[in-house]
Amino acid sequence: MSAAIRVFVPSDAAARACGADEVAIALRAEAQRIGVDIDLVRNGSRGMLWLEPLVEVESAGVRYGFGPVEASDVPGLVAAGLFTAPASVSGPLAIGPVAEHPFLAAQQRLTFARCGVTDPLSLDDYIAYGGYKGLQRALALGPLGIVEEVTKSGLRGRGGAGFPTGIKWKTVHDTPGAQKYIVCNADEGDSGTFADRMIMEGDPFQLIEGMTIAGIAVGATRGYIYCRSEYPDAIATMRAAIVTARRAGFLGARVYGTDHAFELEIREGAGAYVCGEETSLLESLEGKRGLVRAKPPLPAHKGLFGRPTVINNVLSLTAVPHILADGAAFYADYGMGRSRGTMPVQLAGNIRYGGLFEIAFGITLGELVEKIGGGTASGRPVKAVQVGGPLGAYFPPALFDTPFDYESFAKRDGLIGHGGIVVFDDTADMALQARFAFEFCAIESCGKCTPCRIGSTRGKETVEKIIAGEDVDRNLEVIADLSNTMKFGSLCALGGFTPYPVTSAIAHFPDDFRRSARLPAAAE
Amino acid sequence: MSRHETFSAARTRDIVSAHLDLEGPLLPILHAVQEAFGFVPEAAVPVIAEELNLSRAEVHGVVTFYHDFHRAPQGRHVLKLCQAEACQSLGCRELTAQAERALGVGIGETSPDGRVTLEAIYCLGLCATGPAAMIDGRLVGRLTPAKIDGLCAEVDR
Ligand SMILES: Cc1cc2nc3c(=O)[nH]c(=O)nc-3n(C[C@H](O)[C@H](O)[C@H](O)COP(=O)(O)O)c2cc1C
Ligand code: SF4
Ligand code: FES
Repeated sequence: MSAAIRVFVPSDAAARACGADEVAIALRAEAQRIGVDIDLVRNGSRGMLWLEPLVEVESAGVRYGFGPVEASDVPGLVAAGLFTAPASVSGPLAIGPVAEHPFLAAQQRLTFARCGVTDPLSLDDYIAYGGYKGLQRALALGPLGIVEEVTKSGLRGRGGAGFPTGIKWKTVHDTPGAQKYIVCNADEGDSGTFADRMIMEGDPFQLIEGMTIAGIAVGATRGYIYCRSEYPDAIATMRAAIVTARRAGFLGARVYGTDHAFELEIREGAGAYVCGEETSLLESLEGKRGLVRAKPPLPAHKGLFGRPTVINNVLSLTAVPHILADGAAFYADYGMGRSRGTMPVQLAGNIRYGGLFEIAFGITLGELVEKIGGGTASGRPVKAVQVGGPLGAYFPPALFDTPFDYESFAKRDGLIGHGGIVVFDDTADMALQARFAFEFCAIESCGKCTPCRIGSTRGKETVEKIIAGEDVDRNLEVIADLSNTMKFGSLCALGGFTPYPVTSAIAHFPDDFRRSARLPAAAE
Repeated sequence: MSRHETFSAARTRDIVSAHLDLEGPLLPILHAVQEAFGFVPEAAVPVIAEELNLSRAEVHGVVTFYHDFHRAPQGRHVLKLCQAEACQSLGCRELTAQAERALGVGIGETSPDGRVTLEAIYCLGLCATGPAAMIDGRLVGRLTPAKIDGLCAEVDR
């Protein structure tokens, strides 16, 4: 009698979008046809997204990988011994032992250590792989002890602004209130980012644990996860995990048998980028239009329904269980300068090896794009990379020596934001990218301030004139003025940072803004 | 045949009352109303407003603020094509133009026969496996001109 062979096919949305469900069906059918007993686990993604769907088969404790697999590849792979002798199956799809893959071996995975390894909805798996150790230590430390530990770890908000998480928690801890809230910002609207999605789909209990610890630290008994509606899979997985955690006593009136209560609910956004801004998100959770609030008051003092509220990004909250389990010093040992710990970097766009790469701060942009990411997918030269989403600057390869940390990017008029890097090859037209930056701001502006609402439309029209070759010099000046007005006259970073992609595109790629002016000249 | 119900005030009231134990129930209610009727009918607004003790203007303001809420029925198929930067770097602009030509509708439009709505979406979190799309709720990655043809054929059925 032999045990069933363990086979893994990710249920991650990126894998499903590339046919993982069809692959799973084909694997089951082939196994049945040849009479092999398989235990098919839908794991999260390992983050090697160019290999998705990545099928793994376990043999003598080692998981062998194959990817990217299409359903039509399955019969051939199975005939070659996929189930019975995965180690000896060769061919272009075989990548060998997955854990030894250079892309994974080069990482320092803390937050993503379990992602892709375990069954996301198995609480047993979660606990077997170190889950809820952080909560145990948190309970032993007590509220102020937790806050101190998070402060000492140096953790800064991973949502974009990089504000120290410990200080935020201390403020909410010290603010009296009969009802306090923990709100998780899972709006992840930045193009080029998908780490929040991957961790919610691949390791949902970690977010639940992180929010529970936050609740105990500041005295909050209710939590909300505000997840964008573009992530139906993440919402479904989180919902199922919350039910399981509650049944097992990890959520509810007596968390882990203690006197701490913590209730958690997931809410769906409705397709508004600005609702990722924390005060807009709170308005939206309250059932209102997502208009950005003026600060002060800070959400820590008057947040959701006017109550003291911690609002943190998914990655900030999922870092917390490790900080508690392994200690602040362990976490702070990673990183450089004032950027401590690891960052799940997301390599996206026109890149050969796109995916999730978790690494200590300090690696250079060039290493990430060229060495880890392998340059462009098209094989053409890299022209520009946009770091930090639609409000982030475009960097040319000349700036690839920039270390990936908050301060180094700020020094070069950029931001790391939520850690997304979008690669463009030399066919990109940076004038079109500048036009899009304004257009996106116009579409997504909450409308509260004039520079953002009107300026973005004006900016888009002006770039269009430049593209048409109209009065280029004068119109570039108009853009410069407009950018200044938006930078200093906007209430939030949507209006305030939209100038960054625009001015960086103009500064680093001036030729793209003089194309039509150049063309007639060249024709003479 | 539409998979949606026709509007009724009674059904709207039921939806609202099923959500009354939530804090800040308006967005979940609007999602549920849209799920039931396929869009948020104008006639649902006063019903929701009354049940929640809000003004019509407040509810109307919320419906119109969010890109997700539609005020008219959508096509039988809805094809959303990602237009954000990572997908741009992989040629989504050209693929979008191809889909517009094949379907005879522009982004943001519904075909006159009600067959298909074409929409822009800004990032599906599939930015390393783009260009990306969503068709009737199903995700599709690594779009190519051939895959766009396939999706357009799918909405033809
Ligand atoms: C226009 C705009 C969009 C934002 N989108 C997000 C988002 O999608 N996710 C996120 O965590 N933070 C986003 N932020 C940052 C939040 O306002 C806030 O800084 C963050 O939620 C705080 O959590 P953290 O300290 O853990 O990063 C956005 C900010 C702006 C101005
Ligand atoms: S900058 Fe734009 S999005 Fe931000 S508050 Fe002002 S109008 Fe709203
Ligand atoms: S930019 Fe298209 S899926 Fe993210």
